[in-house]
Amino acid sequence: MPTVSVKRDLLFRALGRTYTDEEFDELCFEFGLELDEITSEKEIISKEQGNEKAHGASDVVLYKIDVPANRYDLLCLEGLVRGLQVFKERIKTPMYKRVMPKGEVQKLIITEETAKIRPYAVAAVLRNIKFTKDRYDSFIELQEKLHQNICRKRALVAIGTHDLDTLSGPFTYTAKKPSDIKFKPLNKSKEYTACELMNIYKTDNQLKHYLHIIENKPLYPVIYDSNGVVLSMPPIINGNHSKITVNTKNVFIECTGTDFTKAKIVLDVIVTMFSEYCENQFTVEAAEVVFPNGKLHTFPELAYRKEMVRADLINKKVGIRETPENLAKLLTRMCLKSEVIGDGNQIEVEIPPTRADIIHACDIIEDAAIAYGYNNIQMTLPKTYTIANQFPLNKLTELLRQDMAAAGFTEALTFALCSQEDIADKLGMDISATKAVHISNPKTAEFQVARTTLLPGLLKTLAANRKMPLPLKLFEISDIVIKDSSRDVGARNYRHLCAVYYNKNPGFEIIHGLLDRIMQLLDVPPGEKKGGYAIKASEETDLKKCHC
Amino acid sequence: MLFKLLGIFWDRGKDPDGSKDVTTGAVSDPGIEPRFPALQTDSLLFEPPAGRDTRSALGATMADGPVAEVLLRRLEAADGGLDSAELATELGVEHQSVVGAVKSLQALGQIIETELRSTKRWELTTEGEEIAQEGSHEARVFRSIPPEGLPQSELMRLPSGKVGFSKAMSNKWIRVDKSAADGPRVFRVVDSVEDEVQRRLQLVRGGQAEKLGEKERSELRKRKLLTEVTLKTYWVSKGSAFSTSISKQETELSPEMISSGSWRDRPFKPYNFSAHGVLPDSGHLHPLLKVRSQFRQIFLEMGFTEMPTDNYIESSFWNFDALFQPQQHPARDQHDTFFLRDPAQAQQLPMDYVHRVKRTHSQGGYGSQGYKYNWKLDEARKNLLRTHTTAASARALYRLAQKKPFTPAKYFSIDRVFRNETLDATHLAEFHQIEGVVADHGLTLGHLMGVLREFFTKLGITQLRFKPAYNPYTEPSMEIFSYHQGLKKWVEVGNSGIFRPEMLLPMGLPENVSVIAWGLSLERPTMIKYGINNIRELVGHKVNLQMVYDSPLCRLDAERGPPSTQEAA
Repeated sequence: MPTVSVKRDLLFRALGRTYTDEEFDELCFEFGLELDEITSEKEIISKEQGNEKAHGASDVVLYKIDVPANRYDLLCLEGLVRGLQVFKERIKTPMYKRVMPKGEVQKLIITEETAKIRPYAVAAVLRNIKFTKDRYDSFIELQEKLHQNICRKRALVAIGTHDLDTLSGPFTYTAKKPSDIKFKPLNKSKEYTACELMNIYKTDNQLKHYLHIIENKPLYPVIYDSNGVVLSMPPIINGNHSKITVNTKNVFIECTGTDFTKAKIVLDVIVTMFSEYCENQFTVEAAEVVFPNGKLHTFPELAYRKEMVRADLINKKVGIRETPENLAKLLTRMCLKSEVIGDGNQIEVEIPPTRADIIHACDIIEDAAIAYGYNNIQMTLPKTYTIANQFPLNKLTELLRQDMAAAGFTEALTFALCSQEDIADKLGMDISATKAVHISNPKTAEFQVARTTLLPGLLKTLAANRKMPLPLKLFEISDIVIKDSSRDVGARNYRHLCAVYYNKNPGFEIIHGLLDRIMQLLDVPPGEKKGGYAIKASEETDLKKCHC
Repeated sequence: MLFKLLGIFWDRGKDPDGSKDVTTGAVSDPGIEPRFPALQTDSLLFEPPAGRDTRSALGATMADGPVAEVLLRRLEAADGGLDSAELATELGVEHQSVVGAVKSLQALGQIIETELRSTKRWELTTEGEEIAQEGSHEARVFRSIPPEGLPQSELMRLPSGKVGFSKAMSNKWIRVDKSAADGPRVFRVVDSVEDEVQRRLQLVRGGQAEKLGEKERSELRKRKLLTEVTLKTYWVSKGSAFSTSISKQETELSPEMISSGSWRDRPFKPYNFSAHGVLPDSGHLHPLLKVRSQFRQIFLEMGFTEMPTDNYIESSFWNFDALFQPQQHPARDQHDTFFLRDPAQAQQLPMDYVHRVKRTHSQGGYGSQGYKYNWKLDEARKNLLRTHTTAASARALYRLAQKKPFTPAKYFSIDRVFRNETLDATHLAEFHQIEGVVADHGLTLGHLMGVLREFFTKLGITQLRFKPAYNPYTEPSMEIFSYHQGLKKWVEVGNSGIFRPEMLLPMGLPENVSVIAWGLSLERPTMIKYGINNIRELVGHKVNLQMVYDSPLCRLDAERGPPSTQEAA
């Protein structure tokens, strides 16, 4: 869940009123947000780096607000305020408009070299925007939040924003050999080749996480203007030349990526959020993108979509009885402009470009329920009549563990994951003989394999409890995992019972006696006959060898 | 029978507060539990007797019989009471045996009353004792010098020579003539001396230390001739049931006493109820699994059927794709999920269904826009350790969808799930998930809330509220919060929602069937219930077995805390 941090006073000014912390927390809860923390820059620095470093840092109160992972329209102050104001019916949800410029339209031409590395690009222009320090910071922060979430750490989409007045179109999005790309990157005073940059950024705490996306590719993506000025080398870094500042008037935005849908969503989110500060509010200047096949697309899409939902469906799914008019009103409060049409039971819902999360009627129904207030919904019990059954294996397990405890043994609960060494070497077995499943991405040796026996876990439990008075009598009834090609996934669980007796004298007869008791409980008679049980010496694992 | 049982009860009693188990040393109990080793006191004299071990008091009655008898006779004659130390001096016995007698009498009830007193007393050290007897070193040096003097070397060889010489010199009792022909020679300066040190020490020995000044005492202490000791003694007075004739009290009711009827006339020793009993040897169930049993019970009481979850290994298809979780979803990252190297891929998938899932993801359908991306079968085949039990729920719902006609179902599961996450005090790479699912025609959000209310009421949680939330596979989604009395705030206790049509319809479930579901972790409520802060003490091999031994029953709907004393009685 992404966390957005906003200045409290700025937020209240934008909301047109102040709240106590409790009141604001309540509002968040109702709307599906969470006021996670109330802090300040000073407090954050002093917590992370000590009081001394925090000296002189800002003590402006910050609200850290958790936002649902699919609500990209709430990832900045502008979006949060708009969402809450519409929710509280203080403003109407704005209409976002794409307009063609009076002069020449900005063009971005994609060459076919990009196909193998990062094939998609979209673009737009925010014309005559007025930044302030806070607005500018929010603009940068939104890009970062989008990068971390929907853009999947820039792997799916990367955003570049530029001062259009420093550039001259048309722009070219292409891919070149790293050694052939040379430019002055953001906040550097000299030019580097792409190869040099990749080396420099290996030690950059922020940028090093993105290098892997293109590092081993023969060609790197790059965007030029008509004079050969590098706008950006996505998804790593922008050029310094077109860097935006608080004084930037016209912003050229490009989003490149491997996921076309997400690139379009990201562009829509940025322009809908920040066109608020343009001379013509909520109006975005179009840009044209020419694909390698010659097709011309105009962005941002800013597509409005109409959905029909029947009022009785909403009532039926939520468990309420509201009139269609009321439901339409509720939906409108969620930025989904709605009206009753047709037979009076149909609600026409307009999905704005900010709400890419609405992909099905169920998403609309949820918004109606949120606006109605989850906690206002009457709780009822379904009349679903069913007979309960236990899973037979678990039923037996439950019965058996009770009687294991009654036999004086204490129940352990050990990990299903362990090291190869635990199930093989330490038990004098070869790992290939264990038929264990292997994990491909363990962070430590503790998670190399799923256990094939419960014994290592119990032995480790003994080792960790050596200070306890003797004897220790432990058991565990749990699952182990073995490869099995007859199963759809190629492996299966087996339920095992394992018990250990730990004392100064070996006491084999005690474990033997426990086995006899278990067999008695399971109604299995002793003896070599069919249906009976007997103990035989095993060659496979020689525990004497592994006595600790 | 009851007597016999209780006999064992106090026979092996131990100190409830865990302090030293004080005995008079007469009886040592060989049956003392090794888990609570009885510590032997080093010195009785300086240790307040706890008087709790009833059996050893019995032993004392036999061993210290004569002293106890004398004590009672003296007490009868005494005016008010007597002091245990004084009595010991008078009788010429060790103080310890008088203390033993006092304790044995205490155990008999109200025969005597005692008051523990501590007095400070000055005593002579061994050296002090010698000086009181023989005189101080300096006096002895003085006396050994004849009128014609003594060579210094000879004097130094005397036992008191070194110390006595310097002291006698500083007292100006003697002088050294260094000009003598055969080396330095020591002469008397005065004719006679007063041995003040000896006199003072004799005063102390006679119990008159208070006649010495503070300064004089501390000087003698510095010379290690005097020492201050604290003496703990009993002031003994007559009790309400005072009697000089005490008979041996019975500790156990025997069959012989019953058959002969002698029990009618015999005095019985009272039980010591302040002692702890001896815990029976027993096995114990693990607290987390005790809580698991209770959750199973609750689901069964509510008519839910248990889903099979005995498959830790799952394909990405069932774990994610079937739940309409897109292939670029962060949860499908290497950082969050354990993928398998061997077996790396699921070989069998229900291909018909897989195609419907693929279409729904990439193009939409069933009223959905879909995610509009290039869905890959290879990604769906990737094997992993299931990250949630919802994978098992998806399989169960798919099986349900294949049964025609549709029959309503209520399912639950509690089992392990795995996350490749950063570990801390409350997060492990594996934990247990509790999940409940109801599938029926026309289920509403109100129904989900109603079921949750019943479920949580059975857990003893009554104050609930619901927060809008986001889950990839449920819509609407609700986080469940409950008011925590201790923390005085709302805390999240679970997650819930209605499964998305994009998940249910490709399975083949009828369109008007809704499936409501909720989930929570098993570890969190267990840690809260048993007051455990570090999850490693609860789960895994580093478990604290003592905690397992000591953990109470899991009664989720019962108030926490011990029952009232009346109930206990």
